[in-house]
Amino acid sequence: MPSLTSLANPSRFMALSARALPWIAAVTALLFALGLWVAFTAPEDYQQGETVRIMYLHVPSAWLSLLIYTVMSVSAIGALVWRHPLAEVSMKAAAPIGCVFTFLCLVTGALWGKPMWGAWWVWDARLTSVLVLLLIYLGILAIWNAIEDQAHAARMAALATLVGFVNIPIVKFSVEWWNTLHQGASVFTLEGSKIAPEILLPLLMMACAFTCLYVALHLAAMRNEILRRRLRRLAILAASETPAPARVSSLEGGARA
Amino acid sequence: MSVALDLGRRRRSLRRRRRLALIAVALAMLGLAVALALYALSGSIVFFHTPSEIAEGLVAPGGRVRIGGLVKEGSVTRSGDHIVFAITDTAKDVQVSYDGVVPDLFREGQGVVAEGVLRADHLLAADNVLAKHDERYMPREAVEALKRQGLWRGEGAPVSR
Repeated sequence: MPSLTSLANPSRFMALSARALPWIAAVTALLFALGLWVAFTAPEDYQQGETVRIMYLHVPSAWLSLLIYTVMSVSAIGALVWRHPLAEVSMKAAAPIGCVFTFLCLVTGALWGKPMWGAWWVWDARLTSVLVLLLIYLGILAIWNAIEDQAHAARMAALATLVGFVNIPIVKFSVEWWNTLHQGASVFTLEGSKIAPEILLPLLMMACAFTCLYVALHLAAMRNEILRRRLRRLAILAASETPAPARVSSLEGGARA
Repeated sequence: MSVALDLGRRRRSLRRRRRLALIAVALAMLGLAVALALYALSGSIVFFHTPSEIAEGLVAPGGRVRIGGLVKEGSVTRSGDHIVFAITDTAKDVQVSYDGVVPDLFREGQGVVAEGVLRADHLLAADNVLAKHDERYMPREAVEALKRQGLWRGEGAPVSR
């Protein structure tokens, strides 16, 4: 059994993720095929008719937007407290993926809201807090892109991520704490799921497919980030190994010109 | 040599623990501050008021307001594009008058949110009506079966809440 510390070694991570990625990708494709099949053959909802099928995209996107932020926050603690390079890489790789799923959640929600509620958008607590989540994701992406020094960027992004985590319980419980147009929780409630099994099954299958897709994307993005860092280090090394006289003469040339 | 190594390791783990504690305390303070702010603002974060809150005079007439509840059974009268109905929370009602197209889900017993100006006689002159659906999702056949057995507790059920 590999321990967590040995997995956290970037070289071990590269080797293991290279072996795992094709399998995860295959499982993702299979789950999407099955999930879409049951999603389109599931019965219509008694109130919403065919429109209920938007839920099979909307709800998994919404869950992922929260899950990815939580993963990012755990990584941020790893980066701040243990200063682990892999935690930094995980944090940086997760941000754009979470941002996209939050955007998907908002777009599918608007497309669902127009026919059902009669409005693309309302400023109720749930919708507004999810919009704030998207803005937080965008802010974190901006930090990563604005600060040149990666170690400094990682520290600022980690702090921003942890501050933004306050919003996660607000998104989750907004429909319980305040009156909202958005309906309350359906799947995870104290009385159990309020969704009929014929409609719940495709939803859970799509949620599994989405989650597998996220894991595959996150691993691939982490690998890319590690490779990018190695490249940068090699470039710096190569630059420092250029023959000294040549560098001096070019500098002098620049100074004279 | 090993003593020095050991010392260094211990100092590092102490630093880590201090950083972790600092983050935990900072997050707890931030969470508390946000919770207090949200609690103080909760009156304006709600998307709609209930007819009972209107009856208590929580909202001054003349201002814009959103009122939410169920469309009262037997209260809907239409004449062309003009529609008059009552929103109820089973304790109190508010009369609503509206010109325009209501959402497909609109019907008696359905959750709705109406937005408009509350007049002095507690009639809401709405300029927007939104449908609010509940968190139940069910195939039509299952609902029919439940209704036949008299076990239906969803929207449109005889009000007993």
